[in-house]
Amino acid sequence: MTPAKPRIKPRALECPNCGSAVALRGMMHSLNAVCPNCMSVLDVQHEQVQILQKYAGKTAYATPLVPLGSRGKLEGAQFEAIGFQVRRIVVDGTPYEWREYLLFNPYKGFRYLSEYDGHWNIIRTVPGMPTFGNIDGRKAALWQGEGFKHFQHAQAVTVFVLGEFPFQVRNGDQATVDDYIAPPKVLSSEIIPGEINWSIGEYKTGVEIWQAFQLPGSPPAAQGVYANQPAPPELKSSAWSALGAVVVLEAILFVVLVGSMLFMGNENVFKQSYYFRANAPGEQSFVTPVFELKGRPTNVEIDLETNLRQNWAYFSMALINEQTGQAWDFGREVSYYSGSDWNEGSSSDSVRVPTVPAGRYYLRMEPEMDPKPVDTYTTGPREMTYTVTIKRDVPALWPILLAMLLVPIPALFRFGKKASFESLRWAESDYGSATGSGDDEDE
Amino acid sequence: MKSQSSCPQCGAPVEFLFSNAVQTTCPYCSSILVRTDLDLKRVGEMSDIAADASPIQMRTEGIYRNKAFQVVGRIAYVYEGGNWNEWHLGFQDGTSGWLSDAQLDYAISFPVKDHPRIPPASNVGRGWRMKIRDAELTVTTITKARYGGVEGELPFEYWDKTEMVFADLRSASRGFGTIDYSEDPPLFFLGEAVEFDELKLRNLREFEGW
Repeated sequence: MTPAKPRIKPRALECPNCGSAVALRGMMHSLNAVCPNCMSVLDVQHEQVQILQKYAGKTAYATPLVPLGSRGKLEGAQFEAIGFQVRRIVVDGTPYEWREYLLFNPYKGFRYLSEYDGHWNIIRTVPGMPTFGNIDGRKAALWQGEGFKHFQHAQAVTVFVLGEFPFQVRNGDQATVDDYIAPPKVLSSEIIPGEINWSIGEYKTGVEIWQAFQLPGSPPAAQGVYANQPAPPELKSSAWSALGAVVVLEAILFVVLVGSMLFMGNENVFKQSYYFRANAPGEQSFVTPVFELKGRPTNVEIDLETNLRQNWAYFSMALINEQTGQAWDFGREVSYYSGSDWNEGSSSDSVRVPTVPAGRYYLRMEPEMDPKPVDTYTTGPREMTYTVTIKRDVPALWPILLAMLLVPIPALFRFGKKASFESLRWAESDYGSATGSGDDEDE
Repeated sequence: MKSQSSCPQCGAPVEFLFSNAVQTTCPYCSSILVRTDLDLKRVGEMSDIAADASPIQMRTEGIYRNKAFQVVGRIAYVYEGGNWNEWHLGFQDGTSGWLSDAQLDYAISFPVKDHPRIPPASNVGRGWRMKIRDAELTVTTITKARYGGVEGELPFEYWDKTEMVFADLRSASRGFGTIDYSEDPPLFFLGEAVEFDELKLRNLREFEGW
């Protein structure tokens, strides 16, 4: 029988440099710890504590937003912040600093929490060796079948450390860092002499971190778009739901269009040609012979086709039910002028009367034309022949076609917003100058 | 299948949890005992394993790929970056596996006999590749370790080692391999990295405040 082992307690020790108490939260996993008073980096692996590095900088260089010793709920378990580093990269002469917290759970192990400009990532080591490839012509890393596009290559320097670590850590530590992204994930490699370490992070908002760690107040606002920040869900879902709506609406419109073409009668019920002279004496109005409109109440289209040139004509019309006397009055002006290299108007027109019930009908017509004397330079002849065609149940195609053209516009607008989000993201990468890099990062 | 004998050193009952164990330690007198056809032979004395903070202990139970196991033995190693444990797992079907726990990064592996020929340690460095059973593995770390002690039942005789070299290999997924140069020819173990949660471990150590 193995005797039961006692519960493991956190360890406490005394800083050999200044004598301050140094609490160890990482059980016996910690190799290095930083004295909270004099900031000396200590080797705490053995009973005999050694000073590894004394600190000459500003002792309050940075304050962890997530205080060391606080616990937060991640992956359904508590993790305690036990270490903190500020790391710096220099891009085009400008230093950028980010903060990295080491989180610990005595069963599940270590995680990292990084923060830059209010953007957070929960990071863990990758238990394997990603391979390299490329995506859309860009260098990429592949891990467990997922591709990550290269984002940034930089030299990182550790400028401030606090707390404890299960590995060696010093101020001034250097590493070559490459980030590869597949939002909301980021895959990173860190190369230090003799070692390459891969880690994978997932984007979190400040609010999520504040909730997880139950921190007072509110998190600092996120600035700009971060490398692996997912497009805001409303942007993303609105773009995709708009696309979905477009597909559905276009499909419905297409069915209506085809149905109109296939199933509407589009029946010619009357066709007759007439002659008209502007200055002819007497009553110009007349009625057509009676024609029959059949079937359900539906539209009636009256097409006018004239041989007008350099003139206008006005047609007053009334569609009259012979039995009930019900009348639909309407008028149409037709005009057509042309020169050697121009023309204006049209010699034909049509008018559509919606929802006309079945019955026997006739059309009352009263044409008019410019009655002035002929001036061949500015106006055409004072006479015309014209043809009246009456159609029943005409499919209304072009409003459908117009709708089909208009429907995608809001979706295009939303995709445009998403594309500009993507270009803000890539503006911060090594590929920032590349335009049109607003590739879609969606699945 | 449990079986019981007594310790040739102190006479205490020695229980075997794992029927295929070759070696065990007497929990009362710390003798390292090796099974012979007839009885147990004392081959040495267990040294104290340095205290560590692994949540796993002897008799921790868990499940891997639907097979229940129990921790029946342990080999502890010390290296410059700390220490790690290889926990010997006795599966219910009599097979042996290993759960390695290095600063709470966990991996399960099994001995592989039919591996390709492995060059000597001096010829294997970071980036060296091998292909085995559809897995493409690359050496990621070479670790020089010291033997930190043994505990409980092991599937082979193993004690009182000194310095040894390990090569850890990883795949582009969770694949994991270890070349153990403490024997000649070297031993090879193949498996995968695992999450703490997926092993559904029970009978773990407790930590104050957690």
